[in-house]
Amino acid sequence: MMPGMSAWGLVTGVAMVKSGLGIGPALLMTLVVYAGSAQLAALPLMAAGAPMWVIWLTAFVVNLRFVIYSAQWRIYLGHLPRLRRTLIGYVAGDVNYALFMKHWPEQRAEPGQLSFLAGGIAVMWVGWQVASVTGILLAHQIPMEWGLGFAGTLALIGLTGSLLADRATWVSAGVAATAAVAAYSLPYKLHIVVAVAAAVAAGLLMEGPGSGLHRPLRGALAGRR
Amino acid sequence: MDPQDALLTILGLGAITLLSRAFFLLPRHELPMPPLVRRALKYAPLAALVAIIVPEVVLTRGALIGTWADARLLGAVAAAGWFAWQRGILGTIAVGMLVFLPLRIGLGW
Repeated sequence: MMPGMSAWGLVTGVAMVKSGLGIGPALLMTLVVYAGSAQLAALPLMAAGAPMWVIWLTAFVVNLRFVIYSAQWRIYLGHLPRLRRTLIGYVAGDVNYALFMKHWPEQRAEPGQLSFLAGGIAVMWVGWQVASVTGILLAHQIPMEWGLGFAGTLALIGLTGSLLADRATWVSAGVAATAAVAAYSLPYKLHIVVAVAAAVAAGLLMEGPGSGLHRPLRGALAGRR
Repeated sequence: MDPQDALLTILGLGAITLLSRAFFLLPRHELPMPPLVRRALKYAPLAALVAIIVPEVVLTRGALIGTWADARLLGAVAAAGWFAWQRGILGTIAVGMLVFLPLRIGLGW
């Protein structure tokens, strides 16, 4: 997984500078944000001068998968002090989650888990930051009209592909694509919000009976059968 | 975006990383996640990514491109094809750029 991560970090570094961020802000972004997909999603919006709340909302929606991960992390890390488990969550990305869940599929806290996770986090963090900083410094040597920022879009295509699992996700993605293009002329990049709402509705409808949609809203939200 | 706004945006994005990654780790006591919310969360990130990528590839200044002779379009198709076949992010970026760069730099597409 490391070569892929490095390539992605490099691309994110280049994309940050090529979308108009200076070296300083780009370095700050890679250190503070440390979330490739959210960074790549935010860059075109920042370049287009979208309002801050739209940029933040978009990043949060792209990051919603981490909210799901964190519910899992709670099972393994819930016994740790609050500050400690929060900081671990902050720096644990997709790859850390995937590796950890593969290694400990049984959902309970066990000895050895913390050092496994800490090691993985350290390796990924260093690998990512080295690649990203290299990209930031390299980007200045490359002419703008080569369009290297496009590599960021390609990285997102790969991530999107990994989320396409079944018919419901494919249909949901198709709805998102058409809704985004159809609603593109909305101000403030609101087409993203429209596309997400339409695609979530489409995905839930595709799940059909048993999806909880036939139940009264209250019961569905409380998860009662 | 002026430098001050960019700075504030970046710090806010950092806070969003923290909030989303530690969402269920932050509260003192365990929070239940309703099943409907859990299912909805499965589709939202995918939709946001698609909503960012597709207009970047098929629109030019807000209008649909009317030709196949477009470096972004062909690059994206090649990258998606590679991912469907090999499922590696490195190859996806490499193949997409191998198609994109000659068309963009050589032919000006």
